[in-house]
Amino acid sequence: MLLAIVESIGRQVILWMENSGRIVILLGNTLFHLREKPRINHVLHQMAHLGVDSLPIVLLTILFTGMVITLQTATEFIKYGAQSSVGGVVAIAMARELAPVLTGVVVAGRVGAAITAEIGSMKVTEQIDALRVMAINPIKYLVVPRLLACVIMVPILVIFADVIGTIGGYLVATLYAGISSFTYINSITIFTVVNDIMGGLIKAMFFGGIIAIIGCYKGLTTGEGAEGVGRATTASVVSSIILIFISNYFLSLVLYR
Amino acid sequence: MIKLENISMSFHGKHILQGIDLEVKKGETLVVIGPSGSGKSTLLRLMVGLLRPTQGEVWIKGQEISRLSEDHLNTIRIGMGMVFQYSALFDSMTVGDNVAFGLREHTAMTEAEIHKIVTRNLRMVGLAGQQDVMPNELSGGMKKRVSLARAIAIRPEIMLYDEPTAGLDPIMSGTIDRLIMNAKRVLGVTSVVVTHHMSSAFKIADRVAMIHGGRIIEVGTVEQIKQSENAVVQQFILGLKSPSAYIRRRSEMK
Repeated sequence: MLLAIVESIGRQVILWMENSGRIVILLGNTLFHLREKPRINHVLHQMAHLGVDSLPIVLLTILFTGMVITLQTATEFIKYGAQSSVGGVVAIAMARELAPVLTGVVVAGRVGAAITAEIGSMKVTEQIDALRVMAINPIKYLVVPRLLACVIMVPILVIFADVIGTIGGYLVATLYAGISSFTYINSITIFTVVNDIMGGLIKAMFFGGIIAIIGCYKGLTTGEGAEGVGRATTASVVSSIILIFISNYFLSLVLYR
Repeated sequence: MIKLENISMSFHGKHILQGIDLEVKKGETLVVIGPSGSGKSTLLRLMVGLLRPTQGEVWIKGQEISRLSEDHLNTIRIGMGMVFQYSALFDSMTVGDNVAFGLREHTAMTEAEIHKIVTRNLRMVGLAGQQDVMPNELSGGMKKRVSLARAIAIRPEIMLYDEPTAGLDPIMSGTIDRLIMNAKRVLGVTSVVVTHHMSSAFKIADRVAMIHGGRIIEVGTVEQIKQSENAVVQQFILGLKSPSAYIRRRSEMK
């Protein structure tokens, strides 16, 4: 019984390590192909498809996150007479953690799933094989444009998220908590430094890379049939979100020491 | 042109192909027949480097390809075309873009020149004026014909066909057979066709090879295959229940 459990755990660990190794190899191959001139029109198409189309859902999510954070902090801060810190706390939380992480999660759910489903269905319908037979490297043709698009677009989405989250906080602080506009904005200018925003943008680049590479890897390794595509899509979203949360901790550790 | 030497292929410990030796001469059409799951499509995939053999060597135009890198392989693949069992058209592109794909990627042709070739190829496969249609609007037979038009667009020296008539009605199967013969006549291509449609096989083949249980059990001209004494070959081409049914029938005729 005990042996069976150990065996099962061992199998899972080996499988996990195999997959991790393959993801690293895919990342290495993709970075190798970055030395060649990318297909600009493909990158732009992916930027529009993966980035611009995600903007409404990112804005909506972050707007309400900014509002609820302010709702919770303002009430407590006012009790201790620290209402002059609310704007700064919301802006720092937004720039350093909430905007990049939540944007990453939203994009992983929307874009990561779309990348895996698209590449996965190409795999099961032999379109990837057709590319290879036509002497086209699928990594160069499919993975490189998606990686570039995600690494460029997720930070841009985070800039919008930073702004809209802080505006959400402003609305609640002024209209609900009774904090003046000047106090809220002044607090932001006092507490927030450029590094807070830059750190969030660096995180966003990493998250974009994670979403693209995991999405492409799961698509390229999709099992047979529609069920395989469905399973790969779910695995892609789950893996990306887990990796975003784990890497976020270590990135915070390095970026905000 | 194509030479397989002592090829074996296994997936997860299961032997798909064992000790395959096969040669296809320049300009020849070799048809590979055999029951489903006998390794026919695997053989085709080995020839174009989509799979690497567990053992043995694959020679294309005098170059051993089974150990080449993907980038190196691509230089060989430019001279090859393949029609897939389910067509494998790029579903995000129009029919015209599918046919033009290889030309845009591998040649310095102008859009006007590419348009001319696309129009000519689509006319050749009986799909003139369908450039702007999306693949999901086409029937199975039409997709196969677009796939053929795409494959021959860059004028390959070698054409591989994976079950080109599978799932098609007899009239459409006949059309595809004629297109395969036309491609050979007009372009002089060397062709390998995997099929289990005997009427197609006998119509288009210069030689026929039969795979059974991962091994080639018979190779010969159409007449030689038809006259084969091998009971498994006769069972397959006559559609009998078992090899012993052929042996019984033969002894009754005697």
